[in-house]
Amino acid sequence: MGLEQFKNRNVGTQNYTKLDLPRSPVTGWCKFKQVVSRTLSGELFVGLGVTMRIMVQSLVGGQSHATLYPFEKLPISPRYRAIHEMLRLLESGHYRCIGCGLCEKICPADCITMDTAYDKNQRKEVTEYTINFGRCIFCGYCAEVCPELAIVHGNRIETASEQRASFSLFDDMLTPIDNLNLQQEYQGFGAVTPNADENIKKTPLAY
Amino acid sequence: MEATMLPEVTAAGIIIKAIIVLAVIAGLAAFGTYVERKILAYMQRRLGPMHVGPHGLLQLAADGIKLFTKEDIIPQHANKVIFSIAPVIMAATAFIALGAVPVFPDFTIPFIDVYVPSIASDINVGILFVLGMMAAGLYAPLLAGMSQANKWGIIGAARTAVQFLSYEVVTGLSLLAPIMLVGSLSLVDFNNYHADQGVWMVVYQPVAFILFLIAGYAETNRTPFDLLEHEAEIVSGYVTEYSGLRWGLFFIGEYANMITIGILASVVFLGGYNDLWIFPGWFMIIVKIAFMFFLMLWVRASWPHIRPDQLMWLCWKVLMPLAMVNILITGFVMMII
Repeated sequence: MGLEQFKNRNVGTQNYTKLDLPRSPVTGWCKFKQVVSRTLSGELFVGLGVTMRIMVQSLVGGQSHATLYPFEKLPISPRYRAIHEMLRLLESGHYRCIGCGLCEKICPADCITMDTAYDKNQRKEVTEYTINFGRCIFCGYCAEVCPELAIVHGNRIETASEQRASFSLFDDMLTPIDNLNLQQEYQGFGAVTPNADENIKKTPLAY
Repeated sequence: MEATMLPEVTAAGIIIKAIIVLAVIAGLAAFGTYVERKILAYMQRRLGPMHVGPHGLLQLAADGIKLFTKEDIIPQHANKVIFSIAPVIMAATAFIALGAVPVFPDFTIPFIDVYVPSIASDINVGILFVLGMMAAGLYAPLLAGMSQANKWGIIGAARTAVQFLSYEVVTGLSLLAPIMLVGSLSLVDFNNYHADQGVWMVVYQPVAFILFLIAGYAETNRTPFDLLEHEAEIVSGYVTEYSGLRWGLFFIGEYANMITIGILASVVFLGGYNDLWIFPGWFMIIVKIAFMFFLMLWVRASWPHIRPDQLMWLCWKVLMPLAMVNILITGFVMMII
């Protein structure tokens, strides 16, 4: 179908399809007839049937949109930008951060503070690294700029805490050395959700 | 049934009956909140309360503790006396109305030999008394809304008056036709009428049954007609300023009224507490009340609510003429037969 008939602005020359709408009631008797026909048309009972069907489905079939949140959690998209994590090298267990300071420079909220020094092998070590989560806007630039994939966004979305300090220290964000084998690699910004296949539905192209 | 065959009604029997009504129905009214939340949740593909107790059964206790220990606030410019009395009117009228409805059949407690009648007080104008009490209960939202110095409350009170004027006519007129058939205002006579006739009143009076249901939903502020406290429009209407125990009294009163309407509909139209086939009467009345209660929740989950002007239009221009026609036809048929 071409666009010609949509580009034709001359009103009255197009072929319109008229909807077959009933006229709105004028007199009181017509209004009364409309009310009676609508009352007895069964639409209300169709509504009752829908809710009953849904109830049977959720009671017997166990179909429910709800998750028992603290006990079961939905998988988080890899693109989600939650509290940061500092990753370790898998071979040596040393932290990956090389102290280049790019994340500190790129941070638009100016919330990353780091201090570095040369250790005894003339290798840069991070002496201090904090993120002020009161300022952080979770833009993800630090994770994007990091050349070593050292700082990434993890999956800690439950950020209620008694004080900000419980999140903002380097050691708190660093993968615990015992859990090194559980360390999740950053999948990159284009990655899809783990349960993406289940969520895929047919695109309704029928109309 | 001969009146002389009945054992003597003692004070102990009446007291036991009153305790049954108060303890069981009040407990059910509180339990009804849990049932409502669960059923609405399942109808919307949710789970409802799940965490307190198995499947959230103890949510009731948690809510009760919360309501009892909440701070009781009386707004600064409120009329303190009326503000305090209004919730009591709501709960008191709801339970007084329950005093005159028959719930279970007569029975005798076996070992202590106490005869418990079906009704705490079989007054001869029972149905008028119950309806009057429930109508008096509408003073609670009216006074509450007007006394709390809150504009939402005022609107809620105005809507109470509108609703009261609209449905009360329909309630009375719809019940008039069954009253004509039975020839008595006593609810026990209604129940015996079903036993004598062998069929339920709803077969003779389907129109009156539907009209009574519609008016009953308006009377209990249930969803198609919940204009008094509709959140989307008027915050909470007449309960906007209430908190804690006073709010809880409104809640209990509302659910007790729902059960009263359920009992009335069962006794007047659906066969009351008579035995049906192999099922005993006490079981049948529980099933009927539960169905009427479930119907209210079902309707709430399914249907949208209507505007105040639509309610007035519906009651005065559609339902009232229908009720009048129903009464006339019933009268003519009774004259002919």
